[in-house]
Amino acid sequence: MFSQEGLFRFLEETTRRYPDRVAVVEPGKWGISYRELDELSDQMRAYLQGLGIQRGDRVGIYLHKSIDSVAAIFGILKCGAAYVPVDATAPPARNAYILMDCSVKAVILEEQFLDKFQAELGSYEPRPELLVLSGTGRGEPLRKALSGALKVAGNTPGQSAAPSLDDLAYILYTSGSTGRPKGVMLTHRAAISYVDWCSEVFSPSPEDRFSSHAPFHFDLSILDIYVPIKHGATLVLIGEEVGKDPQRLAALIAEERITMWYSTPSILSMMAQYGKMERHEYSALRVINFAGEVFPIKHLKTLKAIIPKPRYFNLYGPTETNVCTYYEVPEAIPPDRSQPFPIGKACSHYRIRVVDENGKDVLPGEEGELVASGPGMMTGYWNLPERTANAFLVDETGKRWYRTGDVVFEDADGDYIFIGRRDRMVKKRGYRIELGEIEAGLYRHPEVKEAAVIALPDSENGVKIKAFLSFTGDRRPSIIEMKRFCVDNLPAYMVPDIFAFEDLLPKTSTDKINYQLLKEMSN
Amino acid sequence: MDNIKDSIRSYILEEFLPGENPAALTDTTTLITGGILDSLATVKLVAFLEENFGVQVEAHEMTADYLDTVEDIARLVQSKQ
Repeated sequence: MFSQEGLFRFLEETTRRYPDRVAVVEPGKWGISYRELDELSDQMRAYLQGLGIQRGDRVGIYLHKSIDSVAAIFGILKCGAAYVPVDATAPPARNAYILMDCSVKAVILEEQFLDKFQAELGSYEPRPELLVLSGTGRGEPLRKALSGALKVAGNTPGQSAAPSLDDLAYILYTSGSTGRPKGVMLTHRAAISYVDWCSEVFSPSPEDRFSSHAPFHFDLSILDIYVPIKHGATLVLIGEEVGKDPQRLAALIAEERITMWYSTPSILSMMAQYGKMERHEYSALRVINFAGEVFPIKHLKTLKAIIPKPRYFNLYGPTETNVCTYYEVPEAIPPDRSQPFPIGKACSHYRIRVVDENGKDVLPGEEGELVASGPGMMTGYWNLPERTANAFLVDETGKRWYRTGDVVFEDADGDYIFIGRRDRMVKKRGYRIELGEIEAGLYRHPEVKEAAVIALPDSENGVKIKAFLSFTGDRRPSIIEMKRFCVDNLPAYMVPDIFAFEDLLPKTSTDKINYQLLKEMSN
Repeated sequence: MDNIKDSIRSYILEEFLPGENPAALTDTTTLITGGILDSLATVKLVAFLEENFGVQVEAHEMTADYLDTVEDIARLVQSKQ
């Protein structure tokens, strides 16, 4: 059922079929053909193999999204190693933690991050090998760094490894409730089964132009990167800056003649509201996929009114499973509909159940936790055996089901409807956030005595994050000062929207912070 | 110019810094590079400027180069009026 062994075979196969088609585009700058991308990733592979990197190893990617980073990914995969992409815009301390946590053997990074990254590494041993790029763009900095390191430009000895489908292909770190991000381990089998499902549902062709809006450390990138490359289509990379700017983005989708769009609902909502989309023409678009959070129906209606032609799909699944259910939005949305659309039915490579606290199936229509089982699942969290064990429900036959923590019910049509979370994880603009990680970040402030963070509903962002703080001394910092502190210590999407300073935070009878009361205080 | 600044300041305080002491937000407090305005907040601020002052802010101006302080924002608005 799997079309290839090893995720990078998609690139090798397509290169044989369509060597001169454009594989990846950096808008306004450059495109690279399949042949060139395959060659550049071969050089990457040869360099890493020269360092002794092989199956079972991990290599970090600390680069802005670019042709360079796509080639680096394929080079790492061709060694049989797993890639670990980090958020180039996140604090260096967080990125260093991630790369040390899974003990990468090498890191490909941009020169601008080098000093801070090395400072964060401290006395960590063994130090990873660093391949330093002067920047990113068009694949040039990578080519230059490699030809310097290989001293044999154009000559790439050796060959691609032959990984097993059970080897890790990548580790994606997500927010962890204890304040430390945790690494979700995914195999070639997981990625390939998902890519094959995408082929079945979206019927891609070499004429397609796929958007790459999500950053590579985000699981949306798996569809973005591998589906077009499997089918000889073109991948259009969208950088962080343009990606956040609704007007420029709305223009780019039209100018680049994107046919397959995939992003979180937030940026689609922003484009519908602020993107001045009526200035452009979107006849090329044939599919709009969204995932990561609930799409408020009001904004979805606005978007559909502006761009009515494409098929719209709501894709659902946490990083641990990637997409496991999907729902196609009907062509016409009833004007009186105010409820968000369902997350739909199981993808063909997944089985879904809804269970109670004891792991027993509930009746259709009753609420329960969504659990999923299929080849797309993670193998576990890196180096966290206990959390991994808790993440799965094991049934009588020994089969593992990933517990999503999402509460759902099955409606009369057999579609699953998302209700909410069982724990303190929230989604803001599609980013997955453990409120505990924000609290741990706030506690790093020397004057913070107590920190408690809650999420309040918000129609634009999904949630608003509110932080309650008390301080050790008499001085109360300004809110501006606290925001600055957060920006230096947390990824931008985790910075609280609202701060409230209290003398003491309210407690329960067992002397724990009373979150219920904090929520009531905010209503 | 002072009127423009005052109305920008009160908009930012109300929308993005609820509860903040107004004196803490000066004309030179860095907003985008200082982590007070994220991308969505910047888009909303621009929508506010366009509506309130009848100006058009171009996509390339929606950056810290033009919008990082109350002073910068007021200057941009004034240059377009």
